[in-house]
Amino acid sequence: MPLLEIRGLTKVFGSLRACDGIDLTIAPGEIHALLGENGAGKSTLVKMLFGVLEPTAGTIDWKGQPVRIGSPREARATGIGMVFQHFSLFEALTVAENIALALDGNVAIDRIAEEARRLSDQYGLPLDPHAHVADLSVGERQRIEIVRTLLQNPELIILDEPTSVLTPQEADKLFETLEKLRGEGRSVLYISHRLEEVQRICDRATVLRHGKVTGACNPRAETPSSLARMMVGSEVASVSYGGAQAPGEVLVEVRKLNAPARTPFAVALRDIDLTVRAGEVIAIAGVAGNGQSELFDVLSGEVPVSDAESVRIAGVAAGSKGITARRLMGCSFVPEERHGHAAVPDMNLSGNLVLSRYASDRKTFLSGGWLDLINMGPVAAATKRISAAMDVRKSQEDPPAGSLSGGNLQKFIVGRELDRQPRVMVVNQPTWGVDAGAASRIRQALVDLAKSGSAVIVISQDLDEVFEISSRICVINEGRLSAPEPVASMTRERIGLLMGGFHDGTARGSAMPEASHAH
Amino acid sequence: MRIELQKRPVPSKLFAVLSPFIALGLTLVAGAILFMALGKNPFDALYSFFIEPLTEVWSLHELTIKAAPLILIAVGLSVCYRSNNWNIGAEGQFIMGGIVGSLVPILMPDFQNWLTLPLMLVLGMAGGAAWGVIPAFLKTRFNTNEILVSLMLVYTAQLFLDWLARGVLRDPNGNNFPGSIRLTEAARLPEIMPSAGSAHYGILLAVIAAFAAWFMLRYTLNGFEVRVLGANPRAGRFAGFSQSRMVYFAFLLSGGLAGLAGICEVSGAIGQLRETISPGYGFTAIIVAFLGRLNPLGAIAAGFMLALTYLGGEAAQMTLGISDKVGRVFQGLLLFFVLGCDTLIHYQVRLVWRKAIAAVGGQA
Repeated sequence: MPLLEIRGLTKVFGSLRACDGIDLTIAPGEIHALLGENGAGKSTLVKMLFGVLEPTAGTIDWKGQPVRIGSPREARATGIGMVFQHFSLFEALTVAENIALALDGNVAIDRIAEEARRLSDQYGLPLDPHAHVADLSVGERQRIEIVRTLLQNPELIILDEPTSVLTPQEADKLFETLEKLRGEGRSVLYISHRLEEVQRICDRATVLRHGKVTGACNPRAETPSSLARMMVGSEVASVSYGGAQAPGEVLVEVRKLNAPARTPFAVALRDIDLTVRAGEVIAIAGVAGNGQSELFDVLSGEVPVSDAESVRIAGVAAGSKGITARRLMGCSFVPEERHGHAAVPDMNLSGNLVLSRYASDRKTFLSGGWLDLINMGPVAAATKRISAAMDVRKSQEDPPAGSLSGGNLQKFIVGRELDRQPRVMVVNQPTWGVDAGAASRIRQALVDLAKSGSAVIVISQDLDEVFEISSRICVINEGRLSAPEPVASMTRERIGLLMGGFHDGTARGSAMPEASHAH
Repeated sequence: MRIELQKRPVPSKLFAVLSPFIALGLTLVAGAILFMALGKNPFDALYSFFIEPLTEVWSLHELTIKAAPLILIAVGLSVCYRSNNWNIGAEGQFIMGGIVGSLVPILMPDFQNWLTLPLMLVLGMAGGAAWGVIPAFLKTRFNTNEILVSLMLVYTAQLFLDWLARGVLRDPNGNNFPGSIRLTEAARLPEIMPSAGSAHYGILLAVIAAFAAWFMLRYTLNGFEVRVLGANPRAGRFAGFSQSRMVYFAFLLSGGLAGLAGICEVSGAIGQLRETISPGYGFTAIIVAFLGRLNPLGAIAAGFMLALTYLGGEAAQMTLGISDKVGRVFQGLLLFFVLGCDTLIHYQVRLVWRKAIAAVGGQA
């Protein structure tokens, strides 16, 4: 009898079917992989299993009996434990105190410490119950979460992207622990997009794409290519990009760009080379958290690097220049996060227009000499012009940015930059969380900008988008950028391999022990 | 049953206006309870505390004298807090402004002409700004906490003033009483209506400062920068604004205005440098800034309100025979309720009767 069997599990958010009729069975004592790109529905699925979200339709059977999991507490009582990707720990408290906080019911701290020590010995998870969390590494913090879960004696343990924050050595330790758990007859649902890991430790795999199961297999019997194909799909997207014109002069040249990680959760950029010419859209694909936002910060100059030569814009060394200087060189930038990065939600649209344009449009937007008075008239006119050009739907003339829907705000933000006719445009996740209509409008605008002779860099996780708008594609993985390849010769399978860390048949992760975790 | 705060989708405009008034109302209620506990008739007590000072011309002048420094300081603090920098040490900057500004008439008593007063005011601002720049420097350079540093510098300034007034700057003919020589006419901030009362031109400077700061926040790029960096530092970085430049700006401005208030107090209301020159204006101005919703124009109204608590404290001492510290109690209550009521702008208060299910938030 399977431990867990789900049938037709569906979750609908508005018009989006995040999970669409998912079937999945987990046998006792197996490590089951859940594979898929970002947005494939993995997180939604496990949140339903852990009682965080309520399914719209479908059934969950636990040991043959139908169950309804209404809350994480009920999930734990059933025998399901979960280790989240992002930890919820109090840094000022000790390991044992953090564990005590998560337990249902009152248990003395000393008993918890003792129990935690026993469990950590038993499963090879070295951990001092009396250490303060603030002093622990990311890997050790994850062990607290795992021990915390094990204390509930679960029969099914869900791990959400556990190795995304670990060094290869820490990951190896984790795999040993998982083997021990399997040996005891416990089951593990292991969420990942790293093909090499999945092949190494998982007995079976279920692959999701766009909320549907696209494959169920034994990963060891598959090749990385076939897994990647299941993950990213093989249908051909309609390419509207007329990549026929000859590329023009080099507008962006990145050479041997290195940037250390600024926080424990950040990714270091390593030896990045990239050349972008006038008239082309270059896409940077990759799974979230592989250095995309770090690369954006360095390209935009929000975080300048010390080596000025490592980024050249239109032939001028600009690596050490700030974002305003780069804007004055004709560059425009659209970061991933709309609220609080690309725009101030509490300010109205005209204020948000001034935000990124006060320096480049000084002549029209400011007056009064040293007083720098903001000219409300021209700013309002430009706001109106941008809103009309990008079809921004809004309830009032100049509403607060935070009151617009994601798609409309993104159209405004992209329009704000396009309105300048920039020579170079760098966009991070241009259509993330944006409805289909707005997304196609934004994509068309980016393609049109390139056709008019500008260089466009699009960082995106959405492979359909990558194929639709770019002329060349490269992939970012653990802070390294693959060599760009023309869209005509690039396949989804190859992108999947590059995203999973396979370069010419070798997994890079294990070959690079110091990987990106220098604190 | 438990009380739950639910975040509103958009901040409530209604409560943004109402919250200071609700806070005032709650302060009065709490004050009434306080007076009752002291065995006084709460209505009589509140009358002599809040209404009586407003019934006579001379005490209206006193109100203005107290309001001027509060408004001047609070205007600077409003801009400072809007930029997400927390200057708690305006009291110290006030004192340093008083000291540096009065050095000219004390050390050069013969320098008496039309330049004396403007020079004093400028030096007063410089003194306050210089004291304010210390926490700014330490914050930008060593990432120290500006709240602690600016607060601790208050005590340094207080003791420094005490030492000056009893030591090197003491009036040689003052029978060993602490305090400098009395300032001469050219060094005094003139009274507005000498025949009616002693209110001086400090209040005019305060109102001008409030309007200038309001204009800056609303119409200039600099004010825009303050608002952006205060609301979203990350968006500020995207805009190309410098966080550390803003720290300096905020502390120079709030320190400078506090210093100006300090020299206005010495040159206007007191007339000499004493061992204490402030009944806690620098701290009370924090309440003024918040009661005025961090809007420089709001600080004008709030400044008069808090000035009333000073007069009310004195009145309570005279007519009710209770300590004038009760004025401080009212100030504390008011700040407490103002900050508490601001919750209503961003949150809805709900009473939940059923036992709620503990929710665990996972991230995608």
